[in-house]
Amino acid sequence: MKHVKVYGPGCKRCETTEQMVKDAAARVGVEVDVEKVTDPKAIAMAGVISTPGIAVDGKLVHAGGLPDRSRLESWILA
Amino acid sequence: MTSETHTPHSRHEFPAWSWHVGVAAAAVAWWLVYRQLLPASARMTALFPVQPDSHAGSAIAFFLYDVPKVMMLLALIVFAMGVVRSFFSPEKTRAFLSGKREGAGNVMAAGLGVLTPFCSCSAVPLFIGFVSAGIPLGVTFSFLISAPMVNEVALVLLFGLVGWKVAVTYLVFGLAIAIVAGFVIGNLRLEGWLQDWVRDIHSGADAPVVIDGEQLSMVDRYRLGIEAVREIFAKVWIWIILGIGVGALIHGYVPEDLMARIMGANAWWSVPAAVVIGIPMYTNAAGVIPIVEALLGKGAAVGTVLAFMMSVIALSLPEMIILRQVLTLRLIAVFIGVVGSGILAVGFLFNAIF
Repeated sequence: MKHVKVYGPGCKRCETTEQMVKDAAARVGVEVDVEKVTDPKAIAMAGVISTPGIAVDGKLVHAGGLPDRSRLESWILA
Repeated sequence: MTSETHTPHSRHEFPAWSWHVGVAAAAVAWWLVYRQLLPASARMTALFPVQPDSHAGSAIAFFLYDVPKVMMLLALIVFAMGVVRSFFSPEKTRAFLSGKREGAGNVMAAGLGVLTPFCSCSAVPLFIGFVSAGIPLGVTFSFLISAPMVNEVALVLLFGLVGWKVAVTYLVFGLAIAIVAGFVIGNLRLEGWLQDWVRDIHSGADAPVVIDGEQLSMVDRYRLGIEAVREIFAKVWIWIILGIGVGALIHGYVPEDLMARIMGANAWWSVPAAVVIGIPMYTNAAGVIPIVEALLGKGAAVGTVLAFMMSVIALSLPEMIILRQVLTLRLIAVFIGVVGSGILAVGFLFNAIF
């Protein structure tokens, strides 16, 4: 079970990113638990200044814009 | 297990050279089509059962020429900016600006505001990230003013519909307002007017976040450019058509001198009125510019129209509400006051020059 955090204030891109994470996890067959972080303070504390940001098991892997699908899969598998 | 073995190979179905050739061919095709727009739109207008020099004919010709022209210019510039912006990121910009002094810092922040990919929905984390990294408040404001105001959609539309002189003017004075307003806010020493929690925060700035695996190839950058075009079009196409539609009606039906009386250079009060009316209005550049063009065509003064446009784009109420999370009301009032004064100055200056 991987713990994935999606950082974003709740704009459309952030929701899309959350769905992309779930889809990617399903494609590679890894169980994930996705948490959305919408509090601006918490987002900034995580070091994310361009949203949406993605952290897998506490490691920030992406910030700003929609993630690339195949990269997303490799982050979840890593 | 390594990530490589599981990464689908769908990424680079085509070799890089085919992308370069494809982009070059698309550019040539773009140019050939663009050159044909005027005659093609004239032929299409002729299909309508109206006199070409009547009100309706003039409105239809305007609409049929301007919609494809603006769409094509937008696709070209948004793609190019998407590729250019892939070399920049808010994280790199922050690292670059931290430790810069005010003055030079304001100039660089305003310039980077144009080049750094920015979405107003991440204005708050970006603001906190900048301030907590030790970037002076005024420099942060220079970035936050220039990023939305001097954007490629506004510049393309001004260029395509109004002309390159007004577009360049908008670029230069948009940057000038961002630099000067940021500098003024910085010198007012208003750090105490941030919300309390923002001052206490220390984001990951001390240990800069290194994001692995985001090394992009040129093909990735093309893809980002295409993605930017897709995203901008999904967002603005309806506004462009509505905006140009309204513009076409004004073009065809509004008497020549009506706007000259209301929004002309002699009506001094029109500039502040344009700024005040612009604040609660929230539309993107795409919706407002075709109207701007039509107003200019009917004698509205350039300064008044530019002031209106800058106010609509740079001083928007929704953005204030987002920033309210990090700024006190007093600081927001100062922000509106300083940026508004800058826009007023530009408006009066241009009415005096043109």
